[in-house]
Amino acid sequence: MPTIDIAKDGVRELNQRLQSLAVNTNETSWEAINPHGAHAVAVGLMAPILVEIKGHVGYYCAGMNKEATVIVEGHASQGVGENIMSGMVRVKGNASMATGASGHGGMVVVEGDTSSRCGISMKGVDIVVGGSVGHMSGFMAQAGNLVICGDAGADLGDSIYEAVIYVGGDVKNLGSDCIEKDMTPEHVAKLTELLDRAEIKADVTKFRRFGSARKLYNFKIDNAAAY
Amino acid sequence: MCGIVGLFLKNPDLEPDLGKQFLPMLIGMSNRGPDSAGFAIYRDPVSEGSIKLTLQHPDDDFGWNHVAHELSEDLGVEVKTEVRSSHAILVVAAPLETVRHWIGHHHPELRIVGMGESIELFKEKGLPADVAERFSLADFSGTHAIGHTRMATESAITTEHSHPFSTGRDLCLVQNGSLSNHNRLRRWLQRHGGIEFQTDNDTEVAAGYLAHRMGEGASLTEALEAGLKDLDGFYTFTVGTKDGFAVVRDGFACKPAVLAETDDWVAMASEFRSIAHLPGADTAKIWEPAPATIYNWSRA
Repeated sequence: MPTIDIAKDGVRELNQRLQSLAVNTNETSWEAINPHGAHAVAVGLMAPILVEIKGHVGYYCAGMNKEATVIVEGHASQGVGENIMSGMVRVKGNASMATGASGHGGMVVVEGDTSSRCGISMKGVDIVVGGSVGHMSGFMAQAGNLVICGDAGADLGDSIYEAVIYVGGDVKNLGSDCIEKDMTPEHVAKLTELLDRAEIKADVTKFRRFGSARKLYNFKIDNAAAY
Repeated sequence: MCGIVGLFLKNPDLEPDLGKQFLPMLIGMSNRGPDSAGFAIYRDPVSEGSIKLTLQHPDDDFGWNHVAHELSEDLGVEVKTEVRSSHAILVVAAPLETVRHWIGHHHPELRIVGMGESIELFKEKGLPADVAERFSLADFSGTHAIGHTRMATESAITTEHSHPFSTGRDLCLVQNGSLSNHNRLRRWLQRHGGIEFQTDNDTEVAAGYLAHRMGEGASLTEALEAGLKDLDGFYTFTVGTKDGFAVVRDGFACKPAVLAETDDWVAMASEFRSIAHLPGADTAKIWEPAPATIYNWSRA
């Protein structure tokens, strides 16, 4: 397995080597050591490879990921997996702000906690957090699923569109236009599938579902006369 | 943008190497603040009845020994001097107000950047590595240090506008962020608190605010709690006091901050990059400070 020492070779060297791999490359398993909090580690990957990062990473780790599986064996700073298109990003420790921000597809798993704005403006990504999330999580979330096994901070799902939020613990309070909805058998099945895929163990019977009241973003025909 | 860092040693055995450990922390935040840098070191507290001042003059060849001699003659007390580039540390066996008055009268060209029992404060324009080199940061021993690397947004790039700001005895504050009500608050503090400000900088107002509250008898924690109501803006503060340091973020907590702690030390930085090199950082407890929550450590 090729190993790249980020402290010695630099992030640019790591990213250039990973980004230049052909989609059908035989070198499918990589290791990056000594990240020491560097930003933009393993971003813009487009081949179905596995990259294991041994240590804590800085901002935007595994951003814009497509096809690849990126595993951080440590903590991640803000914007981990931002704008992910497909593939999987897994953080074994905690993550900072804006986890999976604006992600279009694939999955982001944080085994520990994340801080504020987890899943902000998510557009189809599935995010599974083993612990708790900070305030304003799911802010303006448009599509995809946000699973929080622990507690959610203040203003959960503020101005949410059509993303679905599942919370196993307590919710401090809901943001504007976010409401609790029924856990139907269909949603229990979806949640089970998400947790299985994330390899996170949790009791699905404890989860509640939240989503949009659709009063903020839908056009109301009663207002037509105002235009 | 800006970067802030703080290092508080819990284990006294590490004190001789404070500067050596703190230097890469400051340099690590160069990308966040390349315009100017500064740091406060807490070390060698003076004996009762003495005061330690950090003075600054733009000329590196300024005649500090002459000033010390004059001061010693006029007040009839001992004055010890240590010169580091554009700054000098003066330890004077006299009350603070007497020394301040003497400096204001005889040497108004000198700027008092820090005062107290143990604080020493240095700041200059330029890249953090150059500023640290200029003041021989790596040579410092001490109990704790806080530092700042500045990317100027709300006021000019000058030595005076560089951080940290100290407006009270042994009290010093660095900020990552900005305040929106600093002008009104500055006027209020000047009128009601008798606080003197040297610049139009917002961070100096935050330092002055804490000095005012603590002057009224509040503890550092109480002063910071009051600040969460009175200081409007987006900020992460790190505050140094004689025997401790504190970290607080505003309620929105959109300015970055990371804390790390081992049995030997507590470190604060805008980014983990500035903490990664510390001994034991890989296994340290690392977390992001929660919004509107005060964290503080002090020597018992």
